[in-house]
Amino acid sequence: MSTAIIETSYKKRLNPKKFALWVSFGSIIMMFGSLTSAYIVKQASGNWLEFIMPNHFIISTISIILSSVFLHLSFNALRTHKKAMYQIGLVLAVILGFSFVAFQYYGWSALFSVGVDLKGNASGSFFYLITGLHALHVLAGIAALFVAVFHAFTLKFKPSTMRINRYELVVHYWHFVGILWIYLLGFLILCK
Amino acid sequence: MAEITTYNPDVLIEESGYDDHFHDHHHGDKYQSNFINHYVFSMDHKIIARQFLMTGIFWAIIGAGMSIIFRMQLGFPEESLTWIKPLLGKWIVVNEAGMGSLAPEFYYALVTMHGTILVFFVLTAGLSGTFSNLLIPLQLGARDMASPFLNMLSYWFFFLASVVMFYSLFLSTGPFSGGWTGYPPLSALPQASTGSGTGMTLWLVSLTLFVVSVLLGGINYVTTVLNLRTKGMTLWRMPLTIWAFFVTAILGILSFPVLASGFFMLIFDRGLGTSFFLSEIFIEGQALDRVGGSPILYQHLFWFLGHPEVYIIILPAMGLVSEVLSVHARKPIFGYKAMVLSILAIGFLSFIVWAHHMFMSGVNPFISNFFVIFTLIIAVPSAVKVFNWITTLWGGNLRLVTPMLFAIGFVSMFISGGLTGIFLGNSAIDIQMHDTYFVVAHFHIVMGIAAFFGMFSGVYHWFPKMFGRFMNETMGKIHFWVTLVGAYAIFWPMHYLGMAGVPRRYYSFDTFDAFRHFGDMNQFITIAAIIVFAAQLLFVINFFYSIFKGKEQKVKNPWGATTLEWTTPINAGHGNWPGKLPVVHRWAYDYGKDGKEFIPQIVPMEEGEVAGDH
Repeated sequence: MSTAIIETSYKKRLNPKKFALWVSFGSIIMMFGSLTSAYIVKQASGNWLEFIMPNHFIISTISIILSSVFLHLSFNALRTHKKAMYQIGLVLAVILGFSFVAFQYYGWSALFSVGVDLKGNASGSFFYLITGLHALHVLAGIAALFVAVFHAFTLKFKPSTMRINRYELVVHYWHFVGILWIYLLGFLILCK
Repeated sequence: MAEITTYNPDVLIEESGYDDHFHDHHHGDKYQSNFINHYVFSMDHKIIARQFLMTGIFWAIIGAGMSIIFRMQLGFPEESLTWIKPLLGKWIVVNEAGMGSLAPEFYYALVTMHGTILVFFVLTAGLSGTFSNLLIPLQLGARDMASPFLNMLSYWFFFLASVVMFYSLFLSTGPFSGGWTGYPPLSALPQASTGSGTGMTLWLVSLTLFVVSVLLGGINYVTTVLNLRTKGMTLWRMPLTIWAFFVTAILGILSFPVLASGFFMLIFDRGLGTSFFLSEIFIEGQALDRVGGSPILYQHLFWFLGHPEVYIIILPAMGLVSEVLSVHARKPIFGYKAMVLSILAIGFLSFIVWAHHMFMSGVNPFISNFFVIFTLIIAVPSAVKVFNWITTLWGGNLRLVTPMLFAIGFVSMFISGGLTGIFLGNSAIDIQMHDTYFVVAHFHIVMGIAAFFGMFSGVYHWFPKMFGRFMNETMGKIHFWVTLVGAYAIFWPMHYLGMAGVPRRYYSFDTFDAFRHFGDMNQFITIAAIIVFAAQLLFVINFFYSIFKGKEQKVKNPWGATTLEWTTPINAGHGNWPGKLPVVHRWAYDYGKDGKEFIPQIVPMEEGEVAGDH
């Protein structure tokens, strides 16, 4: 009977919430993709100010990479039921996340002080718009991390599947904004 | 003569259904324990669908009413409009002779709002929002969307967007008036026109909220289709409605963020002094100090959404019509796989044709060639679909009920409007046609009227599913015939106006020798528009009357359809199926197979039976 074949093909599918998150990454990629395309089009039409990105952005990049590493360690610790590492990794990830945003801010200030402002040449406008929009996405991630911290220190330490799945959503989003930043950094360095 | 078997879905589902232990958790009841979270902040996809539909109807009345007012100006520029003064107030300017005329600024505001409201609020939210919500879980055999909470947020973001846009209609400077596309510099400089100030700010706020709504909805639809199909519901067994909603949602997810990018840049230009889209402009006698921007850049970003947007509007209508045609022709849809592949092809092509809206904006003619070719290629999957609809009708036992009439009307409109698209897709012909009434006629027929026909077809067909009653057939048939004839009467003459070069968006043609003699034609169009508008009010009356007094639905599956939504109880509660989930054994179009009139998807295949989908 064909029912038997159907029964076996009806396997447990991906966690729908995780899938939905990945679909929303598609949206975010399209948004930044369109901004960087607009950047290329505008740049090709001339009147483009060239500038060198301040070193603050290197420090912020290191922060967000390390933050992702610690968050992942924390996530693995939750899966293997190691409470201390789970909490420490998460807190370090949040601190490094803040450090990322802070160094982005210092980077903008440094750039502003050498005369690259938002209103002037379109290259500056694009720079602030793209990095600013990215920083907003990082802040949203930090908000999610705060919820995770709250759970990590208030809930009883019982790593159920539901809790691991929920944490995984935050971890994926955080890795995503990190990778997005590395793409943007590479783009802004290569296309100036 | 086909044998008519009545199937009892309850027994079938109880025997061979899939037990997901839904009622062990009782979360179905938690959602709707009181009035507020049952009817207002509901997470039930069926309630959310009705909320989208009601809000869509509200906006459709406003948007269509606006068109009547500006059609009055175009058809009867000499007549006094003083009688609308109680409604429009200062926007009707009365001269010493007591003759009231529409303020030109407000004419532009009306045209702009008509476009914005109809495209986004009615034909995107009202059409895809309603039917994706209603049918995706029901036809797939799911309890609800992947995330009922995000689904609820999707509606309420749309509601917020609606409130902001509605508020902007009452501003003393009027709503935005620079065209529904919001091109800079009119949209980028608050001092550019009366509507460019607060009106435009609210327009941007409203549409940004709307983008959020579309994304939340779309992410949910895609996730539900790919993850929550019931047992046996393979992708190739999904009804065409679901395929259409699925591709529509993907288009929205990929194209609306691009519009959001354009909006962010516009907001920066308006408020923070950047020059993304502004360059060397003189305004109020002064040279603006903003240099280096490009208004064309905005057009690219806008139309990268704008073109997929027209498919976001028409694909759901196509899906609904495919389903309705097959059910009421009592025949399987012709070329199911070709239909699915056409939907996918249209979805893909919609992303690489956007610059055909910009042939006259100074884009490189060599680049135009690329866009001409891909635009014309869209005619191929579109024609495949039209061919398949007509062949589905061929030799069927047509039941000419109102939903079927509207579905057939859709095919007629789609052919008429689609053919003129082939003219406009050529960049050379577009030199003459661009921004004329030919364009207005083309897109109103192909994505305005056609999409409305698809939506009406869906509303009449699934009304019993939504409200447990039927809409009145007599009123429905009057509605159909007046709308069909009236819509052609409105838009057919516009092709001639356009070929003669009459430009769109003009307030008055009195001072143009070339266009003045079209006065009679404009009067005719206006009268037709008023009649069609009255017919739509009949629909609204029928709709609300039937919710309370319509003929009651007595059997679960009144149309004899094969799909899963008709196996739920009449007025199903949250969770859709009271017990087990239905299991699917066949595709959605087993009509007239093996001597049986129809076989629902939940009926197991018989020994030796060959599946109907090839």
